[in-house]
Amino acid sequence: MSLTAGVRVDRGPLTVELGLEVADGEVLAVLGPNGAGKSTLLRVLAGLLPPDDGRVAVGPDTWDDVPAGVHVPAHERPLGMVFQDHLLFPHLSVTDNVAFGLRTRGMRKPAARAAAREWLARVGIAELGDRRPGRLSGGQAQRAALARALVGQPALLLLDEPLSALDARTRLTVRAELRRHLADFPGSTVLVTHDPVDAMALADRVVVVEEGRVVQAGTPADVSRHPRTDYVARLVGLALLPGVGEGTTVHLDGGGRVAVAEETAGPVFVAVRPESVALWTSRPEGSPRNVWPARLVSATPHGSTVRCELDGEVPLVADVTATAFAELGLAPGTPVWASVKASDVAVYAR
Amino acid sequence: MGTVRRREPGVPLPLLVPAVLAVAFLVLPLAGLVVRAPWGELGSQLTGPAVGQALRLSLVSATAATGLSLVLGVPLAWVLARSRARGRSVLRALVTVPLVLPPVVGGVALFLVLGRQGIVGRWLDQALDVTIPFTTTAVVIAETFVAMPFLVISVEGALRAADARFEDAAATLGADRWTTFRRVTLPLVAPGIAAGAVLCWARALGEFGATITFAGNFPGTTQTMPLAVYLALQQDPDAAIVLSLVLLVVSVATLLLLRDRWLTRAVR
Repeated sequence: MSLTAGVRVDRGPLTVELGLEVADGEVLAVLGPNGAGKSTLLRVLAGLLPPDDGRVAVGPDTWDDVPAGVHVPAHERPLGMVFQDHLLFPHLSVTDNVAFGLRTRGMRKPAARAAAREWLARVGIAELGDRRPGRLSGGQAQRAALARALVGQPALLLLDEPLSALDARTRLTVRAELRRHLADFPGSTVLVTHDPVDAMALADRVVVVEEGRVVQAGTPADVSRHPRTDYVARLVGLALLPGVGEGTTVHLDGGGRVAVAEETAGPVFVAVRPESVALWTSRPEGSPRNVWPARLVSATPHGSTVRCELDGEVPLVADVTATAFAELGLAPGTPVWASVKASDVAVYAR
Repeated sequence: MGTVRRREPGVPLPLLVPAVLAVAFLVLPLAGLVVRAPWGELGSQLTGPAVGQALRLSLVSATAATGLSLVLGVPLAWVLARSRARGRSVLRALVTVPLVLPPVVGGVALFLVLGRQGIVGRWLDQALDVTIPFTTTAVVIAETFVAMPFLVISVEGALRAADARFEDAAATLGADRWTTFRRVTLPLVAPGIAAGAVLCWARALGEFGATITFAGNFPGTTQTMPLAVYLALQQDPDAAIVLSLVLLVVSVATLLLLRDRWLTRAVR
């Protein structure tokens, strides 16, 4: 049931013109600043906003085809949507919220409730089914909203800033759970976010949108290594490395070790921002606990800094000033030493 | 001085005097009503057949008018708040005219349309043998005409204040607009509807001008409380005071109900 969409929406001064393809089981992140047209795109895919031109198709079904005059309204599209602030119906219990979509599609109440309870158990809030949404924490509400979106086995899952309403701590655990549920979901997923970490951690592919247009597309690693605009460079520079934590050391899945400041255990992500990576021509002495030999693969200037893609035991991206870059005499193929302070490495569960 | 002086406590005299006068002006007549009430014969007055009849008719017709207003007014409020049809502002102005129209004019207008010689009334009379003026039905129609705009305005406000994105969420869950209205919108704005219904009911209960013009003043069929008060004042002032007292109590109860239960939650 792969998604193919190419739409144009005129929104006052901004024209949103985007094309997307998402395969079955694939998660596509649409990343961009506020007002770039991300939410407009999601509303078009959901059928809440008819596009001014273009087509939207999921599998063999056409949902929008403006030249042919086709527009399937939202309530006839087999999709699930998770909204930014969840939008759980305040007058219904959590179970009835999750059962809502099954009831509108004709399932009888006992069966719909049973299915809803099963999903509440799957997202880990089985015991909260009788509560009103007003009495849920942010993380619990997010889980309930996900269950409500997925219970009807939709062909397309739409996530609108699904983690932005959560505080930093809850965000980490909920993000890790969301990742697991997305991995199990057989349909296509489109995730809209302005947070690069969400995009990197959750998506198979990233599309960066600025002013209503796609400025870059690729895998998360691709986009962070070869940013094509300053916005992307600033936003998605961080390298995200999977590994297994053990005390203050993370053993990377791709080989190599990273020292971190916090104690961790189990599968984690290590995130390194390019500006915290220092480059040296000889092995640095002294404090940094993370020092790796590497080779410079490519260098792309951005403003006053140069983004350096490094290859080695630990793949990294480094931002160095243009002056430093010249002083180090760097050129593609040059062997270098890269160092990062343990306190500059972010680590979180995956 | 260095320190910031607190604003002087108290109210300036040019504001205080008129404000006190205003309070006196609004409260004294009601106090007078309570003071002058024939407390001794209150029981016998209240249980008299005329009072009971008028009170019952008032309650029944105001409740019926509120019911009719709910059935017609809530959908109208939805159209005003949610539809994107052109001419909505004109429509809103039209349906709120009865709010500012002198009720007597409303009564005359109703008579001209639904009266036996009226545009619709003639047809009703000839084809269906139905006559509306000077019946309890006319009372309900007159009260609905005057009171429904209160409900419409109140519910429209509640609908505008309600987060329309809940309706988007319902749509992505397979609910068409009618299902969304019934299962999401209506429960969300229920406090606003309740507040509007109470306002509407209170307005219907006090209706005088349109009722007496269109429905007349027949004890038992069209003589509601306000009409009975007016009539009694000329024959039996004590009875008029007792009837007024009853209406005052109902009004105060309505106000308390609105403030404590619904209005605060509706505004939320």
